[in-house]
Amino acid sequence: MSESAQRPDGPGLQDALALGLTAAEYELVCEKQGGRAPNQVELAMYSLLWSEHCAYKHSKKLLRTLPTEGPHVVMGPGENAGAVDVGGGLVCAFKVESHNHPSAVEPFQGAATGVGGILRDIFAIGARPIAVLDSLRFGEPSGEHARYLLDGAVRGIGHYGNSIGVPTVGGEVYFEGPYEQNCLVNAMALGLAEREKLVRSAAAGVGNVIVLFGARTGRDGIGGASVLASAELGEGGEDKRPTVQVGDPFEEKKLLECSLELLERGLLLALQDLGAAGLTSSAAEMASKGEVGIDLDVAKVPLREDGMEPFEIMVSESQERMLCVVEPANVDAVEALCEKWEVNSAAIGTVTATNRMRVFNGVQLAGDMPVKALVDECPLYDLEPVKPTEQIYAPPEATLAQGASPRQALLALLASPNIASRRPLFEQYDAIVQSRTVRRPEQADAAVLALPDGGALAVSIDCNGRRVAADPYRGTVGAVLECAANLACVGAEPLGTTNNLNFGNPEKGHIAWQLTESVRGLGDACRALGAPIVGGNVSLYNEGQASGPVYPTPVIGMVGRLPDASHSGRLGFACSGDTVALVGPFAPSLAASELAKLRGEPLPDGLAEIDIGAVHAAQFAIRGAVRAGALSSAHDIAEGGLATALAECCLAGGMGADVRLQEAGEGDPFVALFGEGPGGFLVSGTPNGVSSLGRRTPTRVIGTAGGSSLQITTGDLTLSATLSELAEAHGALAELFG
Amino acid sequence: MKFGVLQFPGSCDELDALQAARKVGDAELIWHSERDLKGADAIVVPGGFSYGDYLRAGAIARFAPAMESVIDFANGGGLVLGICNGFQVLCEARLLPGALLSNANRRFTFRQVELEVADHNTHFTRACTAAAPGGADERLSIPAKHSWGRYYSSEETLKAIEENGQVVLRYAQGQNFNGSLADIAGVRNEAGNVFGLMPHPEHAVDELIGGSADGLEIFESMRLSVEGAYV
Amino acid sequence: MRARVLIRPKAGILDPQGEAVERALPALGFVGVANVHIGRLVELDVEDPSQIKEMCEKLLANPLVEDYEVQLLDGGA
Repeated sequence: MSESAQRPDGPGLQDALALGLTAAEYELVCEKQGGRAPNQVELAMYSLLWSEHCAYKHSKKLLRTLPTEGPHVVMGPGENAGAVDVGGGLVCAFKVESHNHPSAVEPFQGAATGVGGILRDIFAIGARPIAVLDSLRFGEPSGEHARYLLDGAVRGIGHYGNSIGVPTVGGEVYFEGPYEQNCLVNAMALGLAEREKLVRSAAAGVGNVIVLFGARTGRDGIGGASVLASAELGEGGEDKRPTVQVGDPFEEKKLLECSLELLERGLLLALQDLGAAGLTSSAAEMASKGEVGIDLDVAKVPLREDGMEPFEIMVSESQERMLCVVEPANVDAVEALCEKWEVNSAAIGTVTATNRMRVFNGVQLAGDMPVKALVDECPLYDLEPVKPTEQIYAPPEATLAQGASPRQALLALLASPNIASRRPLFEQYDAIVQSRTVRRPEQADAAVLALPDGGALAVSIDCNGRRVAADPYRGTVGAVLECAANLACVGAEPLGTTNNLNFGNPEKGHIAWQLTESVRGLGDACRALGAPIVGGNVSLYNEGQASGPVYPTPVIGMVGRLPDASHSGRLGFACSGDTVALVGPFAPSLAASELAKLRGEPLPDGLAEIDIGAVHAAQFAIRGAVRAGALSSAHDIAEGGLATALAECCLAGGMGADVRLQEAGEGDPFVALFGEGPGGFLVSGTPNGVSSLGRRTPTRVIGTAGGSSLQITTGDLTLSATLSELAEAHGALAELFG
Repeated sequence: MKFGVLQFPGSCDELDALQAARKVGDAELIWHSERDLKGADAIVVPGGFSYGDYLRAGAIARFAPAMESVIDFANGGGLVLGICNGFQVLCEARLLPGALLSNANRRFTFRQVELEVADHNTHFTRACTAAAPGGADERLSIPAKHSWGRYYSSEETLKAIEENGQVVLRYAQGQNFNGSLADIAGVRNEAGNVFGLMPHPEHAVDELIGGSADGLEIFESMRLSVEGAYV
Repeated sequence: MRARVLIRPKAGILDPQGEAVERALPALGFVGVANVHIGRLVELDVEDPSQIKEMCEKLLANPLVEDYEVQLLDGGA
């Protein structure tokens, strides 16, 4: 009879409910435990592993519909990160993750540890991290709280990324009312590894030793996963502060070098990082993948605090720790290498054939659970989608006067928080350490990183949540196309995709509908572009009791490759006199556009249909022209429409332009100027270079680059603004970082 | 010619410095706990966050065994280049005058800056292409990325270093974002063999990756001095 | 013996952190606040308190730009 039979004073149903399990789930746990109630250690571990954050109870079935295979995929979903082949014997590992709830409570540490966590996922598979991108959402910056979160998150990301020596090369930030109470902080990371050197996390080999290395274990984030991430944020945010994790990038730098050297020397059989739910999830997942059991002794774990109980040690989310499996003969060598890097290490357990997770405290058995029950047998729920019949989101406040002229509208758009230059933000990030960065932020539509063979990687992260709210299926397709368009503008072909699904409470019908439709769009778009999903993350319950859900925000990260780094595209006009052209099946509409937002319009019910095939053809054409050096510049048309894209090209290139969009009587000039939709590109180059695009995709010459002002004629209207007027408007975010 | 590039726990730009130095000569890494400088003709103390910038940037690194050897090397006239965190370490070690304080804007800032070469006759700037004063070529375009880069020294020290011509690089008009005294971006010691600067020349050695190869001129200058026996 | 070392920026040196805090306090409703400076606190147990001055000079403070003050706790002197 196991010593962990329930004592009369052990936890019961009420405790299970307080930890976030449902009554039915608790019953099931008792059943899995052989008909007896779980003790404190066991209940803590089940409650974490069966939380939404760890088990993906409401999303796993849906995620199984996504395309995950492709000719370049080397490692798909299910490992610490995914990986694609990038040629020259190298693979690029990448993934995006969220740290939303912790960042809402303590933005600096929440964002910093978000970066730390995603970096560990990359080097856990044996890849050296080479870049980070951030994707942020806050409430309108007119509000002090949003500014406080923005400032903290940016400083936190900069602090962690800069200190550990990984460049932050790109990202995005949006400000919308629905994110006011529930900010989003998503971090994406990329790494490089030799193909044969990739490491998996499955524990194997009965008798092999489990070694924990890295920082000491304290009480950081105890209960974080189930308490914070699986419930809607209510009152008492300050009470949650003790459970926030504090990151140390210096510790992680040592951990990274140590891990890579351990792998280089062939000393490890498996490696896993400790993230949400700490030792619990890390050990259980290693055991599950390896179809083995694990015995752990918490008394062997190096501790930072006195008097920690076994359950605390098992669920602590202290940062900068890794778990590995080592043959007994190699344990001394592993510990010696850890000592060189000044990183703590301890052998804390062994791989067994029992298929059970057994937690000991010295000789006393403190917890005994079947591995399968913990990791694979959490109940999965079907979503019950119900298309909403009413507006879920309040219309934004109007900030642009009725009857504003096109010139006023352009300057207002350039100054608006979603479009203004992000320079004050990205200047807080080191974008060049490791000497690979070929295109820095604001130089091109995607970041470009040189590869040793003369080629380059390109990466972008995108999602317009408001457009997804207007139409979850088409808005998500649009987000995927946007990401691929950004890659095309630098000359890159997409290889694979990662995604972070940030949604509200999936138990509500309208959110379930958003999630279902969005995942459907994600799958269709990735299939059409041949850019399969190699991994990702889901963050649900992003809604406040009083404030309603966030915009459905499926953040898309995409990695691509171009064959010649010296032919990377740029977004700014480069030569005075160059021909400027509008390229692609661009069908602008003001529905769910930034102009509509400035005008205070409510979200439309649905977006226009998208011809994915035609958009794909346009991306293919742009990519080819950029690679051939046929263009001086290429820029995807996104928020703010064509006029905004023109202004951005002028500002980046330091020269104006003179263009004509349509003849008199051809339709609402505001649509032509500021309408949005996928599939539109603005390019510049020689007349021959530009016209070569016409063979593959609609191409219309609209004017010439040069001069010191931007002049756009549409119908009878001429909009004119000098470069310095455009620059002044575009610099609006600087005051947020005073 | 061989460069020795120091490596502390927490160094970030040491591999970038190694790569840059290798465009000009041989280069090898020197681990912080080693005293052997491996026959290096010149030492580079790189950028990053040695020892996590704990206590003060560079405060702990200056006591590393490798730095003890570097101090002897410098006292013997050997060339030493300190970049960013390296500059901070050299100031803490008192091989260079002054101190680096937190940026006036209180934030880490990454920006490509234009630097004016105040003295072309040093071991670190002799190869910097010099046009006539005021000519367009006189500036170096080099990226800076730091939060503790505001150069400060007492009034007497400032007077002395200006009079001795120890200011080697200054931020051009409008480029001094960290509030450095007298726009000082790089300073040498009295003897002229030790030089520190906040911007990162190792990140401006390639037009494709850096958009500028002006930084290479600093490494090239060191090679000329070493191979020409400092003439 | 428990000792506490207070490290402050030297008078006259720009202290942007101090200035930022001084600007932020009125916004929270605190008036009549001036001369805010931000420094560092080091606390340590020492067997020989007479060594603390040298520790400060060598490592804990940068005497070029910082002043330091040593307090001996536990009623020691």
